[in-house]
Amino acid sequence: MSTDVKTILFKPIVAENPITLQILGICSALAVTTSLRVTIVMCVALTVVVAFSNLFISMVRSYMPSSIRIIIQMAIIASLVIAVDQFLQAFAYEISKQLSVFVGLIITNCIVMGRAEAFAMKNPPLPSFMDGIGNGLGYSCVLLIVATMRELFGSGSLFGIEILPLVSNGGWYQGNGLMLLAPSAFFLIGFLIWIVRSRRAEQVEKSEFRLAAHTTQEAAH
Amino acid sequence: MGLRRILDDMAPHFEKGGRYEKWYSLYEAVDTIFYSPSKVTVAGAHVRDGVDLKRIMITVWFAAFPAMFYGMYNLGFQSTTAMANMGLSTTGDWHAPLIEMLSSYDPNSVWDCFWYGAVYYIPIYAVVFIVGGFWEVLFATIRKHEINEGFFVTSILFSLIVPPDIPLWQAALGITFGVVVGKEVFGGTGKNFLNPALTGRAFLFFAYAPQMSGDAVWTAVDGFSGATSLSQLAAGLPALNATGSELTWVDAFIGREQGSIGETSTLAIMIGAVILLITRIASWRIMLGVFLGMTAFATLLNMIGSDTNAFFATPWYWHLVLGGFAFGMVFMATDPVSAAMTNTGKWVFGILIGVMVVMIRVLNPAYPEGMMLAILFANLFAPLIDFVVVRANVKRRAARNVI
Repeated sequence: MSTDVKTILFKPIVAENPITLQILGICSALAVTTSLRVTIVMCVALTVVVAFSNLFISMVRSYMPSSIRIIIQMAIIASLVIAVDQFLQAFAYEISKQLSVFVGLIITNCIVMGRAEAFAMKNPPLPSFMDGIGNGLGYSCVLLIVATMRELFGSGSLFGIEILPLVSNGGWYQGNGLMLLAPSAFFLIGFLIWIVRSRRAEQVEKSEFRLAAHTTQEAAH
Repeated sequence: MGLRRILDDMAPHFEKGGRYEKWYSLYEAVDTIFYSPSKVTVAGAHVRDGVDLKRIMITVWFAAFPAMFYGMYNLGFQSTTAMANMGLSTTGDWHAPLIEMLSSYDPNSVWDCFWYGAVYYIPIYAVVFIVGGFWEVLFATIRKHEINEGFFVTSILFSLIVPPDIPLWQAALGITFGVVVGKEVFGGTGKNFLNPALTGRAFLFFAYAPQMSGDAVWTAVDGFSGATSLSQLAAGLPALNATGSELTWVDAFIGREQGSIGETSTLAIMIGAVILLITRIASWRIMLGVFLGMTAFATLLNMIGSDTNAFFATPWYWHLVLGGFAFGMVFMATDPVSAAMTNTGKWVFGILIGVMVVMIRVLNPAYPEGMMLAILFANLFAPLIDFVVVRANVKRRAARNVI
């Protein structure tokens, strides 16, 4: 692997993470992260879609009239999503039922459209494919962290296996109901962004307004 | 001035280059609690006031004391009455030895009730104060801002709006969330847009619903279950007092009903309100706005009426004395940071709360109490309200100057 491909592949994991830096794809990050098993399937599905949509869009990028490029991109992405959805319904019916509309909603996931526009339209197929995989991995990293926290503290289990025995099952752990509600993912992603940005100051946005410095002096008593 | 000298002698160690430079915020907090700081602002136009934020916050803290002391008494009264009715002779947990050390379980004795309440309330308050204080000091030290007495207020208000039965670890978790997410992530006191105490309570409300609402948590006796007055009304039944007979309005006004520790007595809260209004610390516009909004909307619902929802018929003077309405109106809605800043905005802000609280109580079947959510909701709108008021003012004044 050349350094170029490596950068393309690994940059989106922390340095240019689609969720924590670009704040894209939040909708599904809130919706599917109550259980780790469902989250993994969602991550794989999104990674596959974004990688292949990047690949195909990059292949046809020189033949697309710019005025209808969004329609063509949507046609490609939608076909991929339908293929993934059908695949899940055929081979993982239970999980596909839990994911319900959220597989279909990958079509509207901003990461897919964003990478198609920002990267695949300007780069050759192979780097585009790698960029898709990289962004899928970046998305997956965040989702897996969020899902681990939510399932562990919300239902006291991981992959459905009990880790912290719940009070309702005779254990000692009081499940945190907030973790099972979508807003908790907002808080967790917020904390994650906080951690990332306190380590990488370059990601911090410039403040829109600057408060004037305090101008104080000792007064005579 | 011995104390002044001690503080001055210590000062060099805490200032830049000193041995304990890191702990400057702690030194500063202790220094300014005893003496007004001598620093003055030099730039811009300022109206100097003898009262600074520290004095404001401490006054609010004192204003909450009547509600707190009555809350302790009432906690004990409700619990001992319930115990007498259930035939229990001891609480049977770690509270029992402490209670029995100084009193018995006689609901007719003021001291017994008060001590019972103190044994339940003081641990809650201590945990809230220590855990919340820890976060406050941690952030002040790392971010180099002052330790703000706003925390005194947050801690006492938070401890007064939780159910008496709350497990201590939940109190710790709630105040942690309130202080960190409700305030410190935005930069500390003055930059938060939500009331930190209510943020903490909302966290517990959604995270641990069984311990924060329902029928079992409002009286600190294991195994006792009794609906709050509001849930009784929501179910179309009359509100009850501790002995199971119908609650009178005077009882509710004085606070002889079960509920969160500090919220039951409208009378004690009104004493606090008088202190806050005389010292002009709380905005009378907000308080009156909340009251008028509630009265108007409750009266409107009285007139509309409903065959299926008996709560529609609850008049405004009952809404005033039940649940957290009075406490929220006096101590929560008037939080100077998260409320609207402009005078017109304060009216709108208050009325919005008053209308929302009745709407949540009466029209939403899921929540019999709505004060917390109503205030948080209005907190979110406060910046928008101020923006509109300021723009309207700018527009009006610009139109005046047409040449």
